[in-house]
Amino acid sequence: MSATLTATTGSDAVPAKRPDYKVTFGRVVRSEWAKFLSLRSTWITLAVAGLLLVGIGIMGAYRYDPTAMRGPSADAHDAVTIALRSTELAQLALGVLGVLATAGEYTTGLIRSTLAAVPKRLPVLAAKVLVYFGVVIVVATAGAFLSFLGGEPFLHGKAIALTLSSSGVLRCLFGAGLYLALIAVLGAALGMLVRSVAGGISLLVVLLMLLPVFLDILPSSWKPDVSPYLPGLEGGAGGSIIALHQESGTLSPGAGLAVLCAWVVVALAGAAYRLLRSDS
Amino acid sequence: MIEIQHLVKRYGDKTAVDDLHFTVKPGVVTGFLGPNGAGKSTTMRMILGLDAPTSGSVTVNGKRYAQHAAPLQEVGALLEARSIHPGRSAYNHLLALALTHGIPRRRVDEVIELTGLGKVAKKRAGAFSLGMGQRLGIAAALLGDPQTIMLDEPVNGLDPEGVLWIRTLLTNLAEQGRTVFVSSHLMSEMALTATNLVIIGRGRLMADTTVASFIEQAGGDSVKVVSADSARLRELLLGPDVTVTGEAGSETLTVSGLSARQIGQTAADAGIAVFELSPQAVSLEEAFMTLTGDTVEYRSNAGSASQTGAPEGSVAA
Ligand SMILES: Nc1ncnc2c1ncn2[C@@H]1O[C@H](COP(=O)(O)OP(=O)(O)OP(=O)(O)O)[C@@H](O)[C@H]1O
Ligand SMILES: [Mg+2]
Repeated sequence: MSATLTATTGSDAVPAKRPDYKVTFGRVVRSEWAKFLSLRSTWITLAVAGLLLVGIGIMGAYRYDPTAMRGPSADAHDAVTIALRSTELAQLALGVLGVLATAGEYTTGLIRSTLAAVPKRLPVLAAKVLVYFGVVIVVATAGAFLSFLGGEPFLHGKAIALTLSSSGVLRCLFGAGLYLALIAVLGAALGMLVRSVAGGISLLVVLLMLLPVFLDILPSSWKPDVSPYLPGLEGGAGGSIIALHQESGTLSPGAGLAVLCAWVVVALAGAAYRLLRSDS
Repeated sequence: MIEIQHLVKRYGDKTAVDDLHFTVKPGVVTGFLGPNGAGKSTTMRMILGLDAPTSGSVTVNGKRYAQHAAPLQEVGALLEARSIHPGRSAYNHLLALALTHGIPRRRVDEVIELTGLGKVAKKRAGAFSLGMGQRLGIAAALLGDPQTIMLDEPVNGLDPEGVLWIRTLLTNLAEQGRTVFVSSHLMSEMALTATNLVIIGRGRLMADTTVASFIEQAGGDSVKVVSADSARLRELLLGPDVTVTGEAGSETLTVSGLSARQIGQTAADAGIAVFELSPQAVSLEEAFMTLTGDTVEYRSNAGSASQTGAPEGSVAA
């Protein structure tokens, strides 16, 4: 029946018994998963993030020198900090991955095909969030563990050495995976909000890296009040999630996670609003 | 079936679609004509719900497009702008669309075969030529085996073989009882495929008619005949509703009121050698331009600058 487009002649009308196709949320997720798998750029970005995460972590442990006053190990108080220092760079690659997932559809025009297939629209955003959160949390958590375990032999016997069973280590490593997955989702939300890859990436960099710097030029009394509530790592909510020891003036890991989630939810709400309201 | 009711679309203070009101019926090909910027693509985007109407409504098979459980099974559309990711292969693009509806992979292979993309289906769509991109868009439109097919300038970029293929495809789809809605700038192209015509200019409905009655209003079809004995052929052809024009002594006659087939038969019966027998569609294009002349937005000025000296119509803008 569905093969009759060329063959049929004459009067027989559209097939009376049509296959019962139907859009379901599960199918939209499958579609987004297939889209994710079929683009080389997503694989490359993901691989780059994984390599950064593991490579920089292990390299930091290898080059660790407790006497250094400058350089990468100067302020390293523990093995987890060394292993997760790479989060700073990996978050950019994974945030960009998120931006590409959504804004990339607008810049290529694919969004019109996507929304013609799923005109209710919101399932598309939800499915993308699910797929990218799922992929990134697996890759980033694995990366955090590999980074820590790969660096362990080099730090063995030194004062800052830790093992997986040391208190708080598992929380930090899982926290890093969760943080990075949330950043990918934040990127996806920002990409859908601004519909431009360049715009999405800029916004992400501003939120994660420039705002903390910007705070330095504001009246100094503002910084302690604002800084812990920024999403990023440097003194922000993300830093609280992955740090082994809570620094003074920062949030607890749980509170940090709540603040980061709030950022992501607000960005997603904006993205959903724009998705539903604006022409595509 | 597409029902458009008092549809209006404004972008800022620009009115792209202005109170359109018409129905596209199943079982025939409906041509959607208008000069550049008339609002054809905008109307089609509103049918799919990609752009929201400023006012008015549009339904497909009785419901708003977004309300259907399986939209790709209701309407398959080829849009004007490319709607693919250049980094993904044609196969994977179609598969991703198919997965949203639970359409089997078998069907993806079918539409790839049908559109002649077999050889390039695994290549990056970004490397496709204009014509192949167009075929991929048509493959996507056919994917859900839809009841309504809507194509925005499908022959754009296709080679002659592709153009012929599209004509046959559209006619077959309509014969199967489907609704076929196709936009074009070219009246002559539509005259070959379409039965019904919707003509718009500046977003406004200019005519909702059939090709046959449009042709009739335009003064009917004429046929050019070049023959060995035009004087005798003229005598034979003349009748109550037939006019024959042609210069005395010339081999060429222009006949209206008779089909090329009837003229050829008459000439053969009388043993007159015919050298050329060609239906003239030029009058259609002219009638179309007369109808939409005041509404053309982007008129080229080449005519007045060069030696062609074609009379410029008044531009209302
Ligand atoms: N997103 C938009 N924003 C602003 N103006 C728009 C937008 N889309 C279309 N227009 C304007 O609306 C009018 C109708 O455009 P549309 O593309 O629908 O015409 P068309 O009939 O498809 O023309 P063509 O034959 O050139 O494809 C044009 O004047 C165009 O500039
Ligand atoms: Mg157009």
